[in-house]
Amino acid sequence: MSATAAARDDAPALAVNAVSKAYAGRRAVEAISLRIEAGEIVGLLGPNGAGKTTTINMILGLLQPDTGSVHIAGLDLARRRAAALAQVNFQASYAPLPGNLTVRQNLLFFGRLYALPALAERVDGLIETFALAPLARTRCGLLSSGEQARVALAKALLNRPRLLLLDEPTAALDPATADDLRRLIRDLAVRERCAVLWTSHNMLEVEQICDRVLLLAHGRVLLQGDPRRLPAEHGAASLEALFIRIARQPLDHGDSV
Amino acid sequence: MNPRRSAAIVLRQLALMRSSPTRVVPLVAWVAIDIVLWGFITRYLGSLGGQAPDFTLTLLGAVLLWDFFGRIMQGVTTAFFEDVWSRNFLNLFASPIGVGEYVAGLVATSVLTSLVSLVVMLLLARLAFGLSLLAFGLPAAAFLGVLFLFGIALGIFASAVVLRLGPASEWLVWPIPALLSPFAAVFYPLHVLPGWMQAVAHLLPPAYVFEGLRALAAGQGVHGAGLLAGTLLALLQIALALGFFTHVFRGALRSGLLARYSAESVA
Repeated sequence: MSATAAARDDAPALAVNAVSKAYAGRRAVEAISLRIEAGEIVGLLGPNGAGKTTTINMILGLLQPDTGSVHIAGLDLARRRAAALAQVNFQASYAPLPGNLTVRQNLLFFGRLYALPALAERVDGLIETFALAPLARTRCGLLSSGEQARVALAKALLNRPRLLLLDEPTAALDPATADDLRRLIRDLAVRERCAVLWTSHNMLEVEQICDRVLLLAHGRVLLQGDPRRLPAEHGAASLEALFIRIARQPLDHGDSV
Repeated sequence: MNPRRSAAIVLRQLALMRSSPTRVVPLVAWVAIDIVLWGFITRYLGSLGGQAPDFTLTLLGAVLLWDFFGRIMQGVTTAFFEDVWSRNFLNLFASPIGVGEYVAGLVATSVLTSLVSLVVMLLLARLAFGLSLLAFGLPAAAFLGVLFLFGIALGIFASAVVLRLGPASEWLVWPIPALLSPFAAVFYPLHVLPGWMQAVAHLLPPAYVFEGLRALAAGQGVHGAGLLAGTLLALLQIALALGFFTHVFRGALRSGLLARYSAESVA
């Protein structure tokens, strides 16, 4: 049975159930649960050290939770790692593509890792979508940070993921390209029912693109809801004001907003 | 196991070698230098006459085979280091590739690169110094096969060590063949070693290879038992090395080492 066939269409794109992780006795993430449905764009927000990257790494299978489980498209990541990871992809500025391979070589390399059919056509299509044709034969290490971000996004879409994790995807992009990207991701979510977990420190962007946000602090989900209504519900002037209030809360009051 | 994922590792390495001659030169450079150096040394020793053994075979042949073993091991580790040097573990292991597929890709890469070295080595030795390892026929190929298997085992083990200890531990890997060579009895018969070194040598497949090749050159025929023991040991060591790599990988998933793998992640 192929990985795609094994994934359940009726299952949520992502179901994280009470995952916890501690490093050397210090809790990085504590009993986080979250669920993302197909076509939904969810913002994962939180101050530095809140546990966002730890959570993302557990979803990507790069970090094993101490407790809890991660299911991608109904597939248990711990039991069916390859099949589950075939349904997900990611882009993060801290995970650059190999700089010694060209844009096209990188896309072909990762496409083979996902064992994609008609790979050359898929790569050509993504090169066109992200306007990478003039850079296709350039080594990724020679690209600007904005260009590298576009290549990394092309790589993230190679396998038509059911779940896409984007860690500050527009941080290195100019405003016009960032706007194009947000449209593309929104279109992807609507047209291909791709679920997206989006982290960003740009609250205006989050309000614009996300259907729902989760606010993390001290390794726990403190708040979640519609980013356009959440500030008013909690007596804050804006999402940014709410974020700042949560970020500045001391550890022992972390769960009382 | 999906062979396309393993092939991705091989094709990536070929793409890197096509675009970077600095990755191709080491495949043949050290072999060529050793052939020239040891070829003239053996020629000089041979010119001294007397009851001296066939130095061309016992010294030059041994050096070339040991170089071949080193190339195989480095074929595995160098392909692994490409991911270390380019900090590619996050993208790589967030994909569906499994440990077995990844290691198979490293091994297949080593097979291709070390075959290039082997062909160059055989041609140079034959043309420059008249040494033909192929003259020994199938037994020589069998002994080469044992060296090949042991090189694979050691390459996987060395990669696991670097995965566990971090990129800065890379320097631990390069001298491994040199550290093993005294025990492997590359240049002298096993019996000249003290007892404890012989005990260690019996755990190393190359010791059986070089004893066997010396016997073959002396016209004593094939040491079937030694060949079998070397082969079984090498296969066992591949299984152990793969188990060790898997153990280290799973430990890296638990500890978070894989997610934080960088030049600073030693220990």
